[in-house]
Amino acid sequence: MILAQSASDPLIRWDWVWDHTDDIATATWEHLRLTAVAVALGFVISMVLAMIGLRWPKTYPPITWAAGVMYTIPSLALFAMLVPVTGLTFLTAEIGLVSYTLLILIRNITAGINSVPPDIREAALGMGYTKRRMFWEIEIPLATPAIIAGLRIATVTTVGLVTVTALITLGGLGSFIDSGLRRFFNTEIIVGVVLSVALAVVLDLAIVLVERWLTPWSRHRATVGN
Amino acid sequence: MEFLGDVLEWFATADNWTGTQGVLHRTWEHIQLSAISVAVAAGLALVPGVILGHLGRGGVFAVAVVNIGRAVPSFGILALALPVSIKLGLGLGFWPTLIALVALALPPMFTNAYTGVRQVDPAMTEAATGMGMKGGQVLWNIELPSASPLIITALRVSSVQVVATATLGALVAWGGLGRFIIDGFARGDNVMVFAGGLLVALLAVLTELSFSLAERFAIPKGLRVASSRAGMPAST
Repeated sequence: MILAQSASDPLIRWDWVWDHTDDIATATWEHLRLTAVAVALGFVISMVLAMIGLRWPKTYPPITWAAGVMYTIPSLALFAMLVPVTGLTFLTAEIGLVSYTLLILIRNITAGINSVPPDIREAALGMGYTKRRMFWEIEIPLATPAIIAGLRIATVTTVGLVTVTALITLGGLGSFIDSGLRRFFNTEIIVGVVLSVALAVVLDLAIVLVERWLTPWSRHRATVGN
Repeated sequence: MEFLGDVLEWFATADNWTGTQGVLHRTWEHIQLSAISVAVAAGLALVPGVILGHLGRGGVFAVAVVNIGRAVPSFGILALALPVSIKLGLGLGFWPTLIALVALALPPMFTNAYTGVRQVDPAMTEAATGMGMKGGQVLWNIELPSASPLIITALRVSSVQVVATATLGALVAWGGLGRFIIDGFARGDNVMVFAGGLLVALLAVLTELSFSLAERFAIPKGLRVASSRAGMPAST
């Protein structure tokens, strides 16, 4: 819709794109790195918090409440409050980005583990599994689809949020959007937005492939079902 | 600690509160544009969502809208709204921000309205039809009340997102609380940046809280138990 309206103009100047392939590659790499570090750290922290919440159920509401507040605070506002403390650094960006993944991931990990049928737990305990072994070998594998669903949402959301880190001078594809906005240069805006969406789609597909590889039984069930 | 003292001093300075560049006026601008955007988006998205849900058509479309809405960065939507606004002769400032915020709020509203109506237990609608209700009556008396929790959730989610993204409006020369952050960055004034961040964060949290409160009162009695037990569903 938006693209169609500005179609009368040279919407995108390909000569600019060809002249800037190096910058585009660098920005894409920066974007990928910011996203990957945020999702990986967010996942580890969420895993620990979800385990605490599952072990001591009373701690679950305050944990999700705190994660919910973090999630509600707009990214630019959070960066603005962090910059005076941690400066215009990679750390500032990551604190902000990680804090947005927590609510989604904690909720999905917990829901996944809680959805494991009680008879499976009983069978595992009856076979002599310790609680710890049951958690890692039974509950986590069975919760994988829900956990992966959370990871997909967290990753796609983070790719979008990383565009804002350009405003605290950390590069990424948002730097094209920012610069295009300041110079009224549509090509740069479109390059930034299109590549950011493409990156989100590619990462989303990559996670789906990892899920298939991690959960061969669900693929088997799907073929049997057909 | 010295920094926090400077921030307190910033908030204690009367000049920072009054005038067209003061906190009060900026907050009002922020709330005003957010409210208009949410209202416009609701007007555009809720009716088609509810009607398509009632007819049971457009499910694939509804899913596609959510996925695309999630993948397109809100900063990108704002940036794309600028050339559109200029092309339409609407210029900088208010209009590009409004266009972006409306575009941002449409997907969750449409999808939740659609899903809310679709999710109504077919047994209920069949019973209603069996009792002699017409299509419109089923929609008004059965489907809409049952869908209201999801629709209110959509209003809450969109409003919080709109308040958050309105901050970026400062980049296309609009006012709002984002001005303190963007101007603060430009001047290297960390105290102003922090104060702006704090104000935006407070406004977003207050928006979330007021909608949560409104949800309690607006949800039909018969649905309260079920919805409070289900809470916010995990995204799968």
